[in-house]
Amino acid sequence: MSALTETPTKTKKNKLELKRRTAASWFIFGALLLVVIIWLFPFWMAIANALKTKEEFVASGPLSFPKHPYLGHISKFWGDVNFSRKLLNSIIVSTLAPLISIFLSFFSAYAIGIGKVRGKTAILGLFMIAFTIPQEAMVYPLYIAAKKLGLYDNLLSIVIIFGVLQSAFGTYLLSSVLSEFPEEILEAAKIDGASSFKIMRSIVFPLLMPTLLVLATFLFIWDWNEFLIPLVLLPSNDHQTVALSMAYTTGQWTSDPTARAAAALLGATPSIIFFFVFQRTLMRGVTMGSVK
Amino acid sequence: MSATEIASAGKKSSHKAKTPDTQKRRKAKGVGERRGQYYFYLIPGLVAFITVIGGSFFYNVYISFTKWNGLGHPRWVGMQNYTKLMHDHTFWQSFVHAFYFIAAMSIIPTFLGVFLAALLFDYVAPRFGNKSAAFMRAGMYMPQIVPLTITGILWAWLLAPTTGVINNFLIKVGLDQFALNWLGEEKTAIFSLSIIMVWVQIGYTIVIFMSGMSRLDPSLQEAAQIDGASWFQRFRVITWAQLGPEIGVVLLTTTVAALKVFAPVYVMTGGGPGTATQVPAFFSYFHFFTTTKVGYGAAVATVLSVLLTILAVIILNIQNRQEQGANKR
Repeated sequence: MSALTETPTKTKKNKLELKRRTAASWFIFGALLLVVIIWLFPFWMAIANALKTKEEFVASGPLSFPKHPYLGHISKFWGDVNFSRKLLNSIIVSTLAPLISIFLSFFSAYAIGIGKVRGKTAILGLFMIAFTIPQEAMVYPLYIAAKKLGLYDNLLSIVIIFGVLQSAFGTYLLSSVLSEFPEEILEAAKIDGASSFKIMRSIVFPLLMPTLLVLATFLFIWDWNEFLIPLVLLPSNDHQTVALSMAYTTGQWTSDPTARAAAALLGATPSIIFFFVFQRTLMRGVTMGSVK
Repeated sequence: MSATEIASAGKKSSHKAKTPDTQKRRKAKGVGERRGQYYFYLIPGLVAFITVIGGSFFYNVYISFTKWNGLGHPRWVGMQNYTKLMHDHTFWQSFVHAFYFIAAMSIIPTFLGVFLAALLFDYVAPRFGNKSAAFMRAGMYMPQIVPLTITGILWAWLLAPTTGVINNFLIKVGLDQFALNWLGEEKTAIFSLSIIMVWVQIGYTIVIFMSGMSRLDPSLQEAAQIDGASWFQRFRVITWAQLGPEIGVVLLTTTVAALKVFAPVYVMTGGGPGTATQVPAFFSYFHFFTTTKVGYGAAVATVLSVLLTILAVIILNIQNRQEQGANKR
């Protein structure tokens, strides 16, 4: 190999080698591509069978792709479960709950990260416990409370619960980001006589906006995917979310495989669209620290 | 998707600038007095949190000491639910099953994830471009984004005994004897669920580890390469060691997620057949709403909470230690 790539300096040679596409590297590339294809195979199968007529399914089985895509199952499922309503409910929960979370966590994080209040580690520890205790350890009292307050079977209860629950993580993240907020800016504002509220509103908040948007994107998805608490608190059809409505379809759709494929496909589609639209934001969320 | 993603990102960013920061603050006068006014900002978050989360949690602990069917008034029975738990075979079994989920959601995805992330980051990306690496990462991340209930519907359908894709495929390639009732047999149900969870989790670990790798200093890799180390040697010795912090945090946080697993079990097996896929979270739910032994369900949830809180404390300690290590560097 070195005979072919003989170059003046050793580093150059290695740089070249790093980028060379050898037979072995094509093999590894191919193997990884195969893994990705296997990973996406379930989605592909859902598409293939959701678009197949029952007759074609019986005739050619689940593995083939339909000759003439048929939208009947999807539109029937959409109508039967009132999918528009479920979408609307999910959107309501996943936009309002993050707003509450961000509001609460921004205030707390301001006290912890900027104000550096005493006992901040203990406070953060308290919030941290919120996202480690299982929802099962809260769900029954929440169920009782929602019934007593007249919020049972009401989206508002879900909005409040997840708004508060996810604020724990928001506080954790925002505190950590704000703890390295440039001290000079804060000092300058203080010398100019700005109050802590003014500093928060007109300096810290605008500068934190990009982080808040990343946080909102993640919270949107988490709230969208929540299951246990909505399962307990939202019994009626008109108040269920997308993630929840799917759980109820297992029983009534088991007999018909193409209809089930349509249900799975329809349920997954909003999340996949969201993923493609916000992919950059999501990946930035993960690398937020290293980008800075 | 879970909390660690941004958590690890947020944590990473706090490594820097800590030392000059504290020095500066020490110099400033009267800081202690000025700090007082910031307590005000804690009020909304703490009040909401203590009422909703704290309130329900402690009420649940109270319920766990009572006998109650959800109607009328709970009757105080002391430790009775807990002593009963200790002798409940299904309870212990549910924790044994939780270990399958720890393997499937934490251990296997972490090890495979480091390996795949390294392949994508410093093998595929330099040779075939960042775009192809990003595409592969996105492809494997897809199962993470979909609600677990829908993942459940999808896989229950793929694994259906006669009409399912998997069995049709196996029959087609002549492996008829492996065309089993995957989710319906006691022997295969927990393994099937485990494999599905590996499918779900791997994208998460790949994304975390790829972002971890981007923070590593490439000069070490280059030096090793000049010395003639193969990709695999470099992976084993350098990448693995340098990703230590990420690996530790991911292992522990995904273990927390594995112990909480509920939706896939609810949708795909309902804890069955029999109790073959019973897990702690589902076991608790089952007693709340199916047997309506609410006190008993609350006791299960409380035990699980204590266990998870202990894990959380371990996570915090590890992260703090890392942060201190990073500051010393």
